[in-house]
Parts: sequence; C-alpha cells; structure tokens
Amino acid sequence: MVAPVPGFTDEIAKNGGATVMLCFQCGTCTAGCPSGKFVAYRIRKLMRAAQLGLKDETVNSEDLWQCTTCYTCSERCPRDVQIVDVVTALRNIAVVNGKMYDGHKKVAANLIKVGHTVDNNDKIKALRKELGLPENPPTVMNNPAAMADFDKILNLTGFKKLVA
Amino acid sequence: MAKYAFFLGCIAPLRYPGIEKSTREVFKALDIELVDLTDANCCPAPGVIKSFSKATWLAAAARNLALAEKAGLDIVTICNGCYGSLFDAAHELHEDKKMLESVNKVLAEIGLKYSGNTKVKHFAEVLYKEVGIEAIKAAIKKPLSYKAAAFYGCHFLKPSNIKGLDDPENPKILDELIAATGAESMPRQQKMMCCGAGGGLRSQFGETALKFTKANLENIKAGGAEMIIDVCPFCHLQFDAGQKDSGFAFPVLHLSQLYGIAFGMDAKDLGLNVHATPVKL
Repeated sequence: MVAPVPGFTDEIAKNGGATVMLCFQCGTCTAGCPSGKFVAYRIRKLMRAAQLGLKDETVNSEDLWQCTTCYTCSERCPRDVQIVDVVTALRNIAVVNGKMYDGHKKVAANLIKVGHTVDNNDKIKALRKELGLPENPPTVMNNPAAMADFDKILNLTGFKKLVA
Repeated sequence: MAKYAFFLGCIAPLRYPGIEKSTREVFKALDIELVDLTDANCCPAPGVIKSFSKATWLAAAARNLALAEKAGLDIVTICNGCYGSLFDAAHELHEDKKMLESVNKVLAEIGLKYSGNTKVKHFAEVLYKEVGIEAIKAAIKKPLSYKAAAFYGCHFLKPSNIKGLDDPENPKILDELIAATGAESMPRQQKMMCCGAGGGLRSQFGETALKFTKANLENIKAGGAEMIIDVCPFCHLQFDAGQKDSGFAFPVLHLSQLYGIAFGMDAKDLGLNVHATPVKL
C-alpha cells in the first residue's frame, strides 16, 4: 500500500531539498526534461511523491536515477524549486538506505582506489609520454601521502562504509 | 601575467590527455600561467559522487579549494563537471559559515584549513572574459573554416543564478569563441540539450544516455555542422565514444584542441589518435 512516511519531508530538507515544498505542480519541469523524452521518468511526479512523504516511491524508484542533473528544470521553475538539489537529497537518502547500482559502485570504487572517477591505463600512459606529459597526472594518484590525506576524508565522511 | 591553479580533473588527463596538452599550450600562447594544482583529488564529480554523499563531495571539493588557497591562486578548470563541483562547493562554503566550519573540522585532520576565498573559473570563461575575442584573434596563426556545432553542456552555465556567465537558454560565449578562429558556429534545434552522460546515467543507464546523444547528433547533422566543439571532457567522451555504430562520425574536439589547431600547434600534440571517432584535419 502507498503510505507516507512521517518526517520524510524533514529528512529531504535536512539533505538540502527543502524547496520541494514550494512546488505547485505546474509541470514546467517535466515539459523541459530531456530524460522524460526518452524514458517514463516524470520529474513533476517525483516532486509530488516527495512532498507527500512517499519514501518508498521516491528513494526505491529507478526514476530517481534518470536525471542527468542538466538543470533545465531548475532554471525554468516558476517557484524556484531547486529541483536538482531535491533529486540529490533523495539520492543521498537512497544510498544511505543501501540502494545503489553496480555501475555507480564502480565509480565510487575508483574514487576510493585512485582518487579519481577513472583509473589510468597503459594506452593513456604511452600517449601522455608522447605528449611530453608525466605518465600519471600530478594529482593524488601520483603521491601516496596526498592519497592518504584524501583517504582520510573518505573515512571521516563515512564514504567507504556508505558505498561498500 | 595572469596566473591560475590548473585543475586537471579525471577524464581529461586519464582519457583525453590531448585536451590537457592543448590547454597548456594555448594558455602559454595567451600569456596566462597555469600552475599545476599538485596533489588534487577528483573534483568530485557532481552527478555521481554528490548523488551518493553530499558530505563527502563537499569535504573533498573543499580539500581542492584549500590547496589552491594555500598556493595563493584561483582555480581554472577544463571540464564542466569540475567547474560545476568546485564552483558550487566554493559558493556554498562562502555563503554558509556553519557549513564551512564543519568542513574545516574534516580538513583539520589532514592539516588544511579553508577560509572560503578561492575563486573557480571555467577555461572558456577565462578565454572570453579575461583574454577577450580580439586578443584571441590576434593569436591565431592558422584561420579555420570548419562548420562547427557548439556544445555547451550543462554545468558550464547552470545554475545560472549563481554562475551568471551567459543566458542559459540562448548563450553566445562558445559560439563567439569558435567564430574567433574563423570557423562557423552552425545553428541547430535543442542546442542546449544535455549530452546524456551526467548524473550517473552513463555509468548505469548507458543506453538511455545514448538516446540523448543520438538526438543531439541528429540535430547537429540537420544544422549542417561537420564537427562538434565541446568545453567538457565528459561531453567529449560521450560524443566521441557514443558515435560508435551510430551511423554518425563527427570529429569531436575540445575547444582547447580547436584553439591548438588555430594557434599552429603540431597535430600530433593534440592527442587525437586516442579519439574513438577519427579526426582528420
């Protein structure tokens, strides 16, 4: 049965999505949403479900992950709802509740391993050398002490446990 | 001479190093010094990492901002994603002192402190607003005559209420930057549509992401362009790799690579051999 979860809108607000309550359901967001042209995702409906406190229907829905964060909706919203921030808040809540896709876990694993969303490889190293660049860029991935610092940030903010 | 901390990000140095190389050469030619932001981490990516944990995203972005502040430099990025994350994080930390305080508690554990003063700029913004079209025209050694599709991407101009660079629905910055080389920026429908890669779509729902890409490619073709000029390595990746088996084969160049050509860089220094869709100049 569809049932609202008491306090859910407060949880969204705490995660940065307080403006969801300003939405008056005009549908300007859905009209401009590129994802909505290709899949059944309707951002207006997601905002409504969030306002009503329907946690399961929002955080456990595949729809939540169809947003590319292109900001077309936020730019056009007549109520200044920060729609991308609401989506981000809902996604954060989903991940805290253990809902995370394998493709996203891979990106998170790269961040933990090398401090970047993608790793280096032999082809790129060879090209970098050809271009007169160091094989690894001069970032955390090339300095164990800096990587240890970054690792501390991931631990202190609970990221490793979160995405495990 | 203007001087910036050069933020490399992930996709440029680790997938398209020609973008990194071209930017270094182009900025040198324009008398802007780029100092590597040594030891930087991923921005972190706004669509994925911020979607997983805003707390981690903000603290990790603050580490980058603090490193730049320590070096006494503002940041220049070559990627819309990096620009989106670092600009937004800098904005939030500048506006919200409580948030800054809590982030500094994390940074203190690694011996850093952030005062909230680093400015973050997109390389195309620096080219347009600080170098200027006239100075760019003066630096051009090889005028170009390509018909190009300007691909702005999303996080360069939006959210426009905090970035304020150009009209997000009908911008002109990139079109003018392309035209400065002699190339023609061709019109098209749905010019501001997302490439499809962002928000974790490419990494989890790749087929949906490709539907965005294909719709853009059809509009680009109908508009009469013969190549795509982007200002973001992630859009660049989506278009370059995403044209495989699509029936389209538009060469994809980052604006820095287009400028590299116009500024007389050797073609082999543009790193084009790693492009999945061949670029013949």
